[in-house]
Amino acid sequence: MAMDLTETILSVRDLRKAYGDKIAVDRISFEVSRGQIVGLLGPNGAGKTTTISMILGVLQPDSGSIRVEGMDLAAGRAQALGRTNFAAVYAPLPGNLTVRQNLRVFGLLYGVNGLAERINALIGRFDLEKFRNVKCGVLSSGEQTRVALAKAMINQPGLLLLDEPTASLDPVAAREIRARIRQFAVSGAGGVLWTTHNMVEVQDVCDRVLFLSHGKIMLEGDPKTLPDEHSQPTLEDLFVAVAREPLTQERT
Amino acid sequence: MTATYFRPVIAIVLRYFYLLRGTPARWMPVFAWVAIDIVLWGFISKYLNSVGASGFNFVPTLLGAVLLFDFFTRVMHGVAGVFLEDVWSRNFLNLFASPLTIPQFLLGLVATSTVTSLIGLIVMLVLATALFGLSFFVYGLMLVPFLLILFLFGVSLGICTCAMVLRLGPSAEWLVWPVPAVISPFVGVFYPISILPHWMQFVGRLLPVSYVFEGLRKIISGGAVPAASLILGGGLAVMYILLACWFFKRVFRHAVRTGILARYSAESLS
Repeated sequence: MAMDLTETILSVRDLRKAYGDKIAVDRISFEVSRGQIVGLLGPNGAGKTTTISMILGVLQPDSGSIRVEGMDLAAGRAQALGRTNFAAVYAPLPGNLTVRQNLRVFGLLYGVNGLAERINALIGRFDLEKFRNVKCGVLSSGEQTRVALAKAMINQPGLLLLDEPTASLDPVAAREIRARIRQFAVSGAGGVLWTTHNMVEVQDVCDRVLFLSHGKIMLEGDPKTLPDEHSQPTLEDLFVAVAREPLTQERT
Repeated sequence: MTATYFRPVIAIVLRYFYLLRGTPARWMPVFAWVAIDIVLWGFISKYLNSVGASGFNFVPTLLGAVLLFDFFTRVMHGVAGVFLEDVWSRNFLNLFASPLTIPQFLLGLVATSTVTSLIGLIVMLVLATALFGLSFFVYGLMLVPFLLILFLFGVSLGICTCAMVLRLGPSAEWLVWPVPAVISPFVGVFYPISILPHWMQFVGRLLPVSYVFEGLRKIISGGAVPAASLILGGGLAVMYILLACWFFKRVFRHAVRTGILARYSAESLS
């Protein structure tokens, strides 16, 4: 069956979150389609992780809506999260369980059918065979990232959220991880929302980027053409310019 | 409710049994400490029997009370311990960003604690019977409602303490372990609550386990346990379970609203 690559996997509308007087996310709206990798960029404290946390259902927005494959997260949390998964550097898998045990536990949590076969397939795909019975806590950063990605794929998610998945990886390991995620998107299995500070990575893998600053989306577009469109030599220069920009301009 | 509903519950149970299998030290709280308690109080009871002039048998009174209170403690610590494993391994984000619901999570904690507490109970029963001649036939069928009340109240306190740790942060773990010791003076494990000051008696009557230990002493002294007191104890235990679940859900919602849950991993680092 052919995948509909125009299908909206994630729809975020007027999302807002404030902590007291501080507005972390200020009425942002965006979409991620099937087969698409969308980069969420911004300086530290821009609201990226707050946005991801709200999409993951661990943080309640003050207002706005989040729909995953058409399912409203607020109304059907378990159903929407069943079609979502994530990997983040700040959420490692329990280090006191082995790779296989972690995948088994998370497979059950996500209600995966044919779990044993799914685990074997992921262990093969992420080159984890020799670590199958090794505790995750003793793996290297790159190996742990591969396990986290295997866990993130356990339920064959429609929406994959990746919060700096290649941070702390060497260039070879990072390239390998990017290739696997690109493969996931290209296969049409789902859409990816990716946060990173690595602009080379963004240009390499993202189909579209959203520049977030002060909780607002300041800029949006194709990372390969955006610098030219804004008279900046590189994406990094554009990033720096947007990050320094006071709240004068919004979404161009 | 289909079999699919219980998969996340099984995940919570399975994770703890993987940990038990992989770390022998985790077996210690399951049965080692309770076994030590039984041996200690078994010898104290034997000693009191030897020096007491009245011929009163302290074994079913003291050792039986210790066994039942240790069972209650194991249930409570069992629930909290499984929850704390996620605190220690900074796993909240992975857990609560999954389709796992709060009732499934709590069921998982209770199911795990049920298994570990039963292991502890069996070890205690074997030791108390084999080493000190404690016969549970003394208590008759009353043992069933006694254990049920202790189990239910242990679960409710366990869930409450989990909510407390979720609300106050990982360092609140230190408030979890002493809870059974704090309530023990009020519930008359070793003495009738009638000897307590009035305010303590009042508190004791609000705690379901008091009715278990009062009933235990009634049986030893040859009397019958009033059905009304068992019903009251059981009713209170059920009420506390419902309150504990409500409290946890409320704290969880607060944690999701305020960002405590999203930041919990980071707070664990402090």
